[in-house]
Amino acid sequence: MTDKTIHKTIIIGSGPAGLTAAIYAGRANLKPIVFEGNQPGGQLTITTDVENFPGFPDGVMGPEMMDLFRNQAKKFGAECFFKHVTKVDFSSKPFKVYVGDEEFLSETVILSTGASARMLGLEAEKDLMGYGISTCATCDGYFFKDKEIVVVGGGDSAMEEASFLTKFAKKVTIIHRREVFKASKIMLERARNNPKIDIMVNKSILDIKGNQKDGVSSIILKDAIDGKETVFNCEGVFYGIGHIPNTDFLSMFLDVDENGYIITKADSTRTNIDGVFACGDVQDSHYRQAITAAGSGCMAAIDAEKFLENLE
Amino acid sequence: MSEKSVKITDENFQELVLESEKLVIVDFWAEWCGPCKALAPILDKICDEFGDKVLVGKVNVDEVKQAPVNYGIRSIPTLLFFHNGEIVRQEVGLQSEQALIDSVNQVIS
Ligand SMILES: Cc1cc2nc3c(=O)[nH]c(=O)nc-3n(C[C@H](O)[C@H](O)[C@H](O)COP(=O)(O)OP(=O)(O)OC[C@H]3O[C@@H](n4cnc5c(N)ncnc54)[C@H](O)[C@@H]3O)c2cc1C
Repeated sequence: MTDKTIHKTIIIGSGPAGLTAAIYAGRANLKPIVFEGNQPGGQLTITTDVENFPGFPDGVMGPEMMDLFRNQAKKFGAECFFKHVTKVDFSSKPFKVYVGDEEFLSETVILSTGASARMLGLEAEKDLMGYGISTCATCDGYFFKDKEIVVVGGGDSAMEEASFLTKFAKKVTIIHRREVFKASKIMLERARNNPKIDIMVNKSILDIKGNQKDGVSSIILKDAIDGKETVFNCEGVFYGIGHIPNTDFLSMFLDVDENGYIITKADSTRTNIDGVFACGDVQDSHYRQAITAAGSGCMAAIDAEKFLENLE
Repeated sequence: MSEKSVKITDENFQELVLESEKLVIVDFWAEWCGPCKALAPILDKICDEFGDKVLVGKVNVDEVKQAPVNYGIRSIPTLLFFHNGEIVRQEVGLQSEQALIDSVNQVIS
Protein backbone atom coordinates (compact mmCIF):
# COMPACT_ATOMS: atom_id res chain seq x y z
CA MET A 1 0.00 0.00 0.00
CA THR A 2 1.27 3.43 -0.86
CA ASP A 3 -0.62 6.41 0.31
CA LYS A 4 -0.16 9.46 -1.92
CA THR A 5 -1.79 11.91 0.49
CA ILE A 6 0.52 14.53 1.89
CA HIS A 7 -0.37 14.55 5.56
CA LYS A 8 0.05 17.62 7.71
CA THR A 9 1.73 15.73 10.47
CA ILE A 10 2.88 12.19 11.13
CA ILE A 11 3.62 11.25 14.72
CA ILE A 12 6.01 8.36 15.26
CA GLY A 13 5.45 6.68 18.63
CA SER A 14 2.43 6.32 20.92
CA GLY A 15 3.71 6.82 24.45
CA PRO A 16 2.62 9.81 26.56
CA ALA A 17 4.61 12.16 24.30
CA GLY A 18 3.22 10.95 20.97
CA LEU A 19 -0.39 10.65 22.10
CA THR A 20 -0.36 14.07 23.77
CA ALA A 21 1.03 15.52 20.54
CA ALA A 22 -1.84 13.72 18.77
CA ILE A 23 -4.43 15.31 21.07
CA TYR A 24 -3.11 18.80 20.42
CA ALA A 25 -2.52 18.25 16.70
CA GLY A 26 -6.00 16.76 16.40
CA ARG A 27 -7.59 19.75 18.09
CA ALA A 28 -5.59 22.03 15.77
CA ASN A 29 -7.19 20.19 12.85
CA LEU A 30 -3.94 18.73 11.57
CA LYS A 31 -5.53 15.26 11.24
CA PRO A 32 -2.49 13.55 12.71
CA ILE A 33 -1.45 10.07 11.69
CA VAL A 34 0.09 8.14 14.57
CA PHE A 35 2.34 5.16 13.94
CA GLU A 36 2.21 3.38 17.24
CA GLY A 37 5.22 1.11 16.81
CA ASN A 38 5.58 -2.30 18.34
CA GLN A 39 4.80 -1.04 21.83
CA PRO A 40 1.44 0.73 21.49
CA GLY A 41 1.06 3.02 24.49
CA GLY A 42 4.80 3.02 25.19
CA GLN A 43 6.76 2.11 28.28
CA LEU A 44 3.89 2.59 30.72
CA THR A 45 2.12 -0.43 29.26
CA ILE A 46 4.64 -2.68 31.00
CA THR A 47 4.14 -1.21 34.43
CA THR A 48 1.33 -1.54 36.95
CA ASP A 49 0.41 1.43 39.11
CA VAL A 50 1.29 4.94 38.03
CA GLU A 51 0.97 7.05 41.14
CA ASN A 52 2.54 10.34 40.12
CA PHE A 53 0.50 11.40 37.12
CA PRO A 54 -1.61 14.42 38.08
CA GLY A 55 -5.34 13.90 37.98
CA PHE A 56 -5.30 10.34 39.29
CA PRO A 57 -5.23 10.70 43.08
CA ASP A 58 -5.83 6.96 43.55
CA GLY A 59 -3.24 5.95 40.99
CA VAL A 60 -4.00 4.38 37.66
CA MET A 61 -2.77 1.29 35.83
CA GLY A 62 -0.22 2.21 33.15
CA PRO A 63 -1.95 0.35 30.28
CA GLU A 64 -5.31 1.83 31.26
CA MET A 65 -3.95 5.36 31.33
CA MET A 66 -2.49 4.92 27.87
CA ASP A 67 -5.86 3.70 26.56
CA LEU A 68 -7.37 6.90 27.90
CA PHE A 69 -4.68 8.97 26.15
CA ARG A 70 -5.41 7.14 22.87
CA ASN A 71 -9.19 7.57 23.18
CA GLN A 72 -8.73 11.26 23.77
CA ALA A 73 -6.48 11.57 20.71
CA LYS A 74 -8.93 9.64 18.53
CA LYS A 75 -11.79 11.82 19.72
CA PHE A 76 -10.05 14.78 18.11
CA GLY A 77 -9.45 13.01 14.82
CA ALA A 78 -6.08 11.33 15.27
CA GLU A 79 -5.75 8.13 13.30
CA CYS A 80 -3.66 5.49 15.06
CA PHE A 81 -2.01 2.57 13.30
CA PHE A 82 -0.20 -0.36 14.84
CA LYS A 83 2.77 0.03 12.53
CA HIS A 84 6.48 0.19 13.23
CA VAL A 85 8.40 2.71 11.15
CA THR A 86 11.46 1.16 9.53
CA LYS A 87 12.97 4.11 7.68
CA VAL A 88 12.59 7.84 7.19
CA ASP A 89 13.80 10.16 4.48
CA PHE A 90 14.07 13.76 5.63
CA SER A 91 16.35 14.85 2.79
CA SER A 92 13.56 16.52 0.83
CA LYS A 93 9.99 17.78 1.27
CA PRO A 94 7.48 16.35 1.79
CA PHE A 95 9.16 14.12 4.35
CA LYS A 96 8.91 10.39 3.72
CA VAL A 97 8.16 7.81 6.37
CA TYR A 98 8.36 4.11 5.59
CA VAL A 99 6.79 1.04 7.13
CA GLY A 100 8.49 -1.73 5.19
CA ASP A 101 7.49 -1.05 1.57
CA GLU A 102 4.72 1.35 2.44
CA GLU A 103 5.52 5.01 1.96
CA PHE A 104 3.80 7.92 3.69
CA LEU A 105 4.28 11.61 3.02
CA SER A 106 4.01 14.48 5.45
CA GLU A 107 4.78 18.15 5.80
CA THR A 108 5.90 17.74 9.40
CA VAL A 109 7.02 14.80 11.51
CA ILE A 110 6.88 14.52 15.28
CA LEU A 111 9.34 12.02 16.71
CA SER A 112 8.28 10.42 20.00
CA THR A 113 9.89 7.00 19.79
CA GLY A 114 10.91 6.99 23.45
CA ALA A 115 13.44 4.59 24.84
CA SER A 116 13.90 0.84 25.15
CA ALA A 117 15.64 -1.35 27.67
CA ARG A 118 19.35 -1.62 27.10
CA MET A 119 20.69 -5.06 26.20
CA LEU A 120 24.07 -6.58 26.96
CA GLY A 121 24.55 -7.39 23.29
CA LEU A 122 25.04 -11.13 23.74
CA GLU A 123 24.32 -13.58 20.96
CA ALA A 124 22.11 -15.57 23.37
CA GLU A 125 19.66 -12.67 23.65
CA LYS A 126 18.33 -13.41 20.17
CA ASP A 127 17.28 -16.89 21.22
CA LEU A 128 16.44 -16.49 24.86
CA MET A 129 14.67 -13.13 25.15
CA GLY A 130 11.27 -14.11 26.51
CA TYR A 131 12.54 -17.60 27.31
CA GLY A 132 14.40 -16.78 30.50
CA ILE A 133 15.97 -13.44 29.66
CA SER A 134 13.69 -10.52 30.45
CA THR A 135 13.77 -6.74 30.51
CA CYS A 136 10.53 -6.48 32.47
CA ALA A 137 10.26 -7.74 36.02
CA THR A 138 6.60 -6.77 36.38
CA CYS A 139 5.71 -8.69 33.21
CA ASP A 140 7.71 -11.85 33.61
CA GLY A 141 8.52 -12.21 37.33
CA TYR A 142 5.39 -14.32 37.79
CA PHE A 143 6.95 -17.17 35.81
CA PHE A 144 9.92 -17.51 38.15
CA LYS A 145 8.19 -18.71 41.29
CA ASP A 146 10.67 -20.45 43.61
CA LYS A 147 13.41 -20.15 41.00
CA GLU A 148 16.94 -18.79 41.26
CA ILE A 149 17.34 -15.69 39.17
CA VAL A 150 19.77 -12.87 38.61
CA VAL A 151 19.28 -9.16 38.05
CA VAL A 152 21.97 -7.36 36.06
CA GLY A 153 22.77 -3.77 36.93
CA GLY A 154 23.83 -1.38 39.65
CA GLY A 155 21.33 1.46 39.52
CA ASP A 156 18.05 2.17 41.27
CA SER A 157 15.99 0.35 38.68
CA ALA A 158 18.03 -2.83 39.15
CA MET A 159 17.58 -2.59 42.94
CA GLU A 160 13.85 -2.02 42.58
CA GLU A 161 13.53 -4.88 40.13
CA ALA A 162 15.44 -7.20 42.47
CA SER A 163 13.23 -6.31 45.44
CA PHE A 164 10.10 -6.82 43.35
CA LEU A 165 11.30 -10.19 42.11
CA THR A 166 11.79 -11.54 45.64
CA LYS A 167 7.99 -11.78 45.74
CA PHE A 168 8.30 -14.72 43.38
CA ALA A 169 11.85 -16.02 43.25
CA LYS A 170 13.59 -18.27 45.76
CA LYS A 171 16.73 -16.19 45.50
CA VAL A 172 17.74 -13.11 43.55
CA THR A 173 21.39 -12.33 42.87
CA ILE A 174 22.29 -8.85 41.72
CA ILE A 175 25.24 -8.93 39.35
CA HIS A 176 27.13 -5.70 38.95
CA ARG A 177 30.22 -5.19 36.85
CA ARG A 178 31.78 -2.61 39.14
CA GLU A 179 32.35 -2.24 42.83
CA VAL A 180 30.63 1.11 43.17
CA PHE A 181 26.87 1.39 42.74
CA LYS A 182 24.93 4.10 40.96
CA ALA A 183 21.89 3.23 43.04
CA SER A 184 20.87 5.58 45.82
CA LYS A 185 21.93 4.67 49.33
CA ILE A 186 18.39 3.84 50.43
CA MET A 187 17.72 1.49 47.54
CA LEU A 188 21.06 -0.26 47.95
CA GLU A 189 20.52 -0.69 51.71
CA ARG A 190 17.07 -2.07 51.09
CA ALA A 191 18.51 -4.65 48.71
CA ARG A 192 21.38 -5.49 51.08
CA ASN A 193 18.96 -6.05 53.96
CA ASN A 194 16.66 -8.32 51.99
CA PRO A 195 17.44 -11.91 53.03
CA LYS A 196 16.46 -13.18 49.58
CA ILE A 197 18.91 -10.90 47.76
CA ASP A 198 22.61 -11.57 47.23
CA ILE A 199 24.93 -9.07 45.62
CA MET A 200 27.94 -9.97 43.46
CA VAL A 201 30.25 -7.16 42.37
CA ASN A 202 33.01 -6.90 39.77
CA LYS A 203 31.37 -9.52 37.59
CA SER A 204 30.34 -9.15 33.99
CA ILE A 205 28.22 -11.61 32.04
CA LEU A 206 30.04 -13.21 29.14
CA ASP A 207 27.33 -15.59 28.03
CA ILE A 208 23.90 -16.95 28.94
CA LYS A 209 23.28 -20.67 28.44
CA GLY A 210 19.96 -22.33 27.78
CA ASN A 211 17.41 -23.12 25.11
CA GLN A 212 13.88 -22.09 24.23
CA LYS A 213 12.38 -25.30 25.52
CA ASP A 214 13.91 -25.43 28.98
CA GLY A 215 14.79 -21.78 29.43
CA VAL A 216 17.99 -20.44 30.93
CA SER A 217 20.24 -22.84 32.81
CA SER A 218 23.32 -20.80 33.69
CA ILE A 219 25.41 -17.74 32.99
CA ILE A 220 29.14 -17.38 32.49
CA LEU A 221 30.70 -14.65 34.61
CA LYS A 222 34.04 -12.96 34.31
CA ASP A 223 35.69 -11.37 37.31
CA ALA A 224 36.92 -7.85 36.68
CA ILE A 225 39.86 -8.21 39.05
CA ASP A 226 41.44 -11.59 38.43
CA GLY A 227 39.83 -12.26 35.03
CA LYS A 228 38.60 -15.69 36.12
CA GLU A 229 35.54 -17.17 34.46
CA THR A 230 32.93 -18.97 36.51
CA VAL A 231 29.59 -20.64 35.83
CA PHE A 232 26.59 -19.49 37.85
CA ASN A 233 23.41 -21.57 37.73
CA CYS A 234 20.14 -19.69 37.42
CA GLU A 235 16.85 -19.94 35.58
CA GLY A 236 16.16 -16.33 34.81
CA VAL A 237 18.18 -13.24 33.90
CA PHE A 238 16.52 -9.84 34.33
CA TYR A 239 18.14 -6.76 32.85
CA GLY A 240 18.15 -3.51 34.78
CA ILE A 241 20.90 -1.74 32.92
CA GLY A 242 19.04 1.32 31.80
CA HIS A 243 17.43 2.53 28.64
CA ILE A 244 18.59 3.71 25.25
CA PRO A 245 16.71 6.15 23.01
CA ASN A 246 15.10 4.63 19.92
CA THR A 247 16.95 6.67 17.33
CA ASP A 248 18.75 4.01 15.27
CA PHE A 249 16.62 4.57 12.20
CA LEU A 250 16.78 8.36 12.59
CA SER A 251 20.36 9.17 13.42
CA MET A 252 21.35 9.42 9.78
CA PHE A 253 19.34 12.64 9.46
CA LEU A 254 19.14 13.98 12.97
CA ASP A 255 21.70 15.43 15.32
CA VAL A 256 21.94 13.20 18.36
CA ASP A 257 24.17 13.45 21.41
CA GLU A 258 26.85 10.91 22.36
CA ASN A 259 24.22 8.63 23.90
CA GLY A 260 21.88 8.77 20.93
CA TYR A 261 19.35 11.27 22.31
CA ILE A 262 17.94 13.69 19.75
CA ILE A 263 19.19 17.23 20.28
CA THR A 264 16.42 19.85 20.32
CA LYS A 265 16.82 23.60 20.11
CA ALA A 266 16.53 25.60 23.32
CA ASP A 267 12.99 26.16 24.61
CA SER A 268 11.40 24.19 21.80
CA THR A 269 11.06 20.73 20.28
CA ARG A 270 12.72 21.78 17.02
CA THR A 271 15.47 19.53 15.69
CA ASN A 272 18.22 20.31 13.20
CA ILE A 273 15.70 19.69 10.40
CA ASP A 274 13.01 22.34 9.92
CA GLY A 275 9.61 20.69 10.24
CA VAL A 276 10.84 17.72 12.28
CA PHE A 277 10.14 17.88 16.01
CA ALA A 278 11.12 15.59 18.86
CA CYS A 279 9.45 15.07 22.23
CA GLY A 280 9.50 12.72 25.20
CA ASP A 281 12.21 10.32 26.32
CA VAL A 282 13.80 10.20 22.87
CA GLN A 283 15.19 13.70 23.49
CA ASP A 284 15.33 13.67 27.28
CA SER A 285 17.96 11.75 29.18
CA HIS A 286 17.28 13.63 32.36
CA TYR A 287 13.65 13.74 33.57
CA ARG A 288 12.15 10.69 31.83
CA GLN A 289 8.66 10.86 33.30
CA ALA A 290 5.24 10.42 31.76
CA ILE A 291 4.25 13.96 32.64
CA THR A 292 7.36 15.55 31.16
CA ALA A 293 6.99 13.40 28.04
CA ALA A 294 3.35 14.52 27.73
CA GLY A 295 4.37 18.15 28.30
CA SER A 296 6.92 18.07 25.53
CA GLY A 297 4.41 16.26 23.28
CA CYS A 298 2.12 19.24 23.66
CA MET A 299 5.01 21.55 22.79
CA ALA A 300 5.82 19.53 19.65
CA ALA A 301 2.25 19.77 18.36
CA ILE A 302 2.18 23.52 18.97
CA ASP A 303 5.59 23.91 17.30
CA ALA A 304 4.37 21.87 14.30
CA GLU A 305 1.20 23.93 14.03
CA LYS A 306 3.19 27.19 14.06
CA PHE A 307 5.57 25.81 11.47
CA LEU A 308 2.67 24.93 9.16
CA GLU A 309 1.07 28.35 9.64
CA ASN A 310 4.28 30.03 8.60
CA LEU A 311 4.37 27.97 5.40
CA GLU A 312 0.99 29.27 4.28
CA MET B 1 -12.43 -12.12 26.97
CA SER B 2 -13.93 -12.08 23.54
CA GLU B 3 -16.57 -14.36 22.09
CA LYS B 4 -14.47 -15.24 19.13
CA SER B 5 -11.96 -17.27 21.06
CA VAL B 6 -12.40 -20.24 23.37
CA LYS B 7 -11.26 -20.53 26.94
CA ILE B 8 -8.63 -23.21 27.37
CA THR B 9 -8.11 -24.99 30.68
CA ASP B 10 -5.92 -27.87 31.78
CA GLU B 11 -8.99 -30.09 31.47
CA ASN B 12 -9.89 -29.24 27.88
CA PHE B 13 -6.37 -28.68 26.52
CA GLN B 14 -6.09 -32.20 25.10
CA GLU B 15 -9.45 -32.11 23.35
CA LEU B 16 -9.57 -28.52 22.12
CA VAL B 17 -5.92 -27.94 21.30
CA LEU B 18 -4.05 -31.19 20.79
CA GLU B 19 -6.85 -33.08 19.04
CA SER B 20 -8.09 -30.18 16.96
CA GLU B 21 -8.19 -30.63 13.21
CA LYS B 22 -7.51 -27.01 12.51
CA LEU B 23 -4.69 -24.70 13.44
CA VAL B 24 -5.02 -23.55 17.04
CA ILE B 25 -3.31 -20.41 18.27
CA VAL B 26 -3.02 -20.60 22.04
CA ASP B 27 -2.62 -17.21 23.70
CA PHE B 28 -1.08 -17.26 27.18
CA TRP B 29 -2.23 -14.08 28.92
CA ALA B 30 -3.17 -12.46 32.24
CA GLU B 31 -5.24 -9.53 33.46
CA TRP B 32 -2.16 -7.72 34.75
CA CYS B 33 -0.35 -7.86 31.42
CA GLY B 34 -0.71 -4.67 29.36
CA PRO B 35 0.67 -6.04 26.10
CA CYS B 36 -1.69 -9.04 26.42
CA LYS B 37 -4.63 -6.68 26.47
CA ALA B 38 -3.32 -4.92 23.40
CA LEU B 39 -3.00 -8.27 21.63
CA ALA B 40 -6.59 -9.39 22.32
CA PRO B 41 -8.34 -7.24 19.67
CA ILE B 42 -5.67 -8.20 17.16
CA LEU B 43 -6.39 -11.89 17.76
CA ASP B 44 -10.08 -11.12 17.23
CA LYS B 45 -9.16 -9.74 13.84
CA ILE B 46 -7.26 -12.94 13.07
CA CYS B 47 -10.45 -14.86 13.85
CA ASP B 48 -12.36 -12.62 11.43
CA GLU B 49 -9.71 -12.92 8.77
CA PHE B 50 -9.31 -16.69 8.84
CA GLY B 51 -12.77 -17.72 10.04
CA ASP B 52 -13.07 -21.49 10.20
CA LYS B 53 -9.46 -22.22 9.42
CA VAL B 54 -8.09 -21.05 12.73
CA LEU B 55 -9.16 -21.40 16.34
CA VAL B 56 -7.86 -18.98 18.95
CA GLY B 57 -7.64 -20.42 22.46
CA LYS B 58 -6.96 -18.35 25.56
CA VAL B 59 -5.02 -19.60 28.54
CA ASN B 60 -5.28 -17.31 31.56
CA VAL B 61 -2.04 -18.07 33.39
CA ASP B 62 -3.53 -17.04 36.74
CA GLU B 63 -6.21 -19.71 36.47
CA VAL B 64 -4.60 -22.44 34.43
CA LYS B 65 -1.70 -23.92 36.36
CA GLN B 66 -0.33 -26.81 34.35
CA ALA B 67 -0.25 -25.72 30.71
CA PRO B 68 2.10 -22.72 31.20
CA VAL B 69 4.52 -24.96 33.09
CA ASN B 70 4.26 -27.79 30.54
CA TYR B 71 5.09 -25.44 27.72
CA GLY B 72 7.79 -23.53 29.59
CA ILE B 73 6.09 -20.15 29.36
CA ARG B 74 8.40 -17.47 30.79
CA SER B 75 6.94 -14.32 29.37
CA ILE B 76 3.50 -13.21 28.23
CA PRO B 77 1.94 -12.75 25.83
CA THR B 78 3.25 -15.94 24.27
CA LEU B 79 1.45 -17.47 21.31
CA LEU B 80 1.86 -21.16 20.54
CA PHE B 81 0.59 -22.39 17.17
CA PHE B 82 -0.56 -26.02 17.34
CA HIS B 83 -1.20 -28.13 14.27
CA ASN B 84 -2.06 -31.82 14.58
CA GLY B 85 -1.04 -31.75 18.21
CA GLU B 86 2.39 -30.26 17.62
CA ILE B 87 3.83 -26.82 18.13
CA VAL B 88 4.60 -25.49 14.68
CA ARG B 89 5.43 -21.94 15.61
CA GLN B 90 5.74 -19.69 18.62
CA GLU B 91 5.84 -15.96 19.13
CA VAL B 92 6.71 -14.07 22.29
CA GLY B 93 5.51 -10.52 22.84
CA LEU B 94 3.00 -8.30 21.14
CA GLN B 95 2.57 -8.93 17.42
CA SER B 96 1.10 -6.68 14.77
CA GLU B 97 -1.90 -7.89 12.81
CA GLN B 98 0.16 -8.16 9.64
CA ALA B 99 2.91 -10.16 11.36
CA LEU B 100 0.29 -12.57 12.69
CA ILE B 101 -1.45 -12.91 9.35
CA ASP B 102 1.92 -13.72 7.79
CA SER B 103 2.63 -16.29 10.51
CA VAL B 104 -0.73 -18.00 10.03
CA ASN B 105 -0.34 -18.04 6.26
CA GLN B 106 3.07 -19.62 6.54
CA VAL B 107 1.76 -22.33 8.79
CA ILE B 108 -1.42 -23.19 6.90
CA SER B 109 -0.01 -23.05 3.39
C1 LIG C 1 8.66 -0.11 34.28
C2 LIG C 1 8.51 1.38 34.12
C3 LIG C 1 7.76 2.09 35.04
C4 LIG C 1 7.60 3.48 34.93
N1 LIG C 1 6.83 4.14 35.85
C5 LIG C 1 6.62 5.47 35.70
C6 LIG C 1 5.76 6.19 36.60
O1 LIG C 1 5.21 5.61 37.56
N2 LIG C 1 5.57 7.51 36.39
C7 LIG C 1 6.17 8.20 35.36
O2 LIG C 1 5.93 9.38 35.22
N3 LIG C 1 7.00 7.55 34.50
C8 LIG C 1 7.24 6.21 34.64
N4 LIG C 1 8.07 5.57 33.76
C9 LIG C 1 8.73 6.37 32.70
C10 LIG C 1 7.75 6.65 31.56
O3 LIG C 1 7.18 5.42 31.16
C11 LIG C 1 8.44 7.31 30.39
O4 LIG C 1 9.07 8.49 30.81
C12 LIG C 1 7.44 7.66 29.29
O5 LIG C 1 6.71 6.52 28.90
C13 LIG C 1 8.13 8.28 28.08
O6 LIG C 1 7.17 8.53 27.12
P1 LIG C 1 7.50 8.67 25.58
O7 LIG C 1 6.19 8.97 24.94
O8 LIG C 1 8.60 9.61 25.39
O9 LIG C 1 8.07 7.27 25.11
P2 LIG C 1 7.68 5.74 25.35
O10 LIG C 1 6.69 5.57 26.42
O11 LIG C 1 8.99 5.05 25.43
O12 LIG C 1 6.96 5.35 23.97
C14 LIG C 1 7.69 5.22 22.79
C15 LIG C 1 6.74 4.88 21.67
O13 LIG C 1 7.44 4.91 20.43
C16 LIG C 1 7.09 3.78 19.68
N5 LIG C 1 8.17 3.51 18.73
C17 LIG C 1 9.48 3.25 18.96
N6 LIG C 1 10.14 3.04 17.80
C18 LIG C 1 9.21 3.20 16.81
C19 LIG C 1 9.25 3.10 15.38
N7 LIG C 1 10.38 2.80 14.74
N8 LIG C 1 8.10 3.31 14.69
C20 LIG C 1 6.94 3.61 15.33
N9 LIG C 1 6.86 3.72 16.67
C21 LIG C 1 7.98 3.51 17.40
C22 LIG C 1 6.84 2.69 20.69
O14 LIG C 1 6.01 1.67 20.13
C23 LIG C 1 6.13 3.49 21.78
O15 LIG C 1 4.76 3.57 21.49
C24 LIG C 1 8.24 4.18 33.87
C25 LIG C 1 9.00 3.46 32.93
C26 LIG C 1 9.14 2.08 33.03
C27 LIG C 1 9.95 1.32 32.03
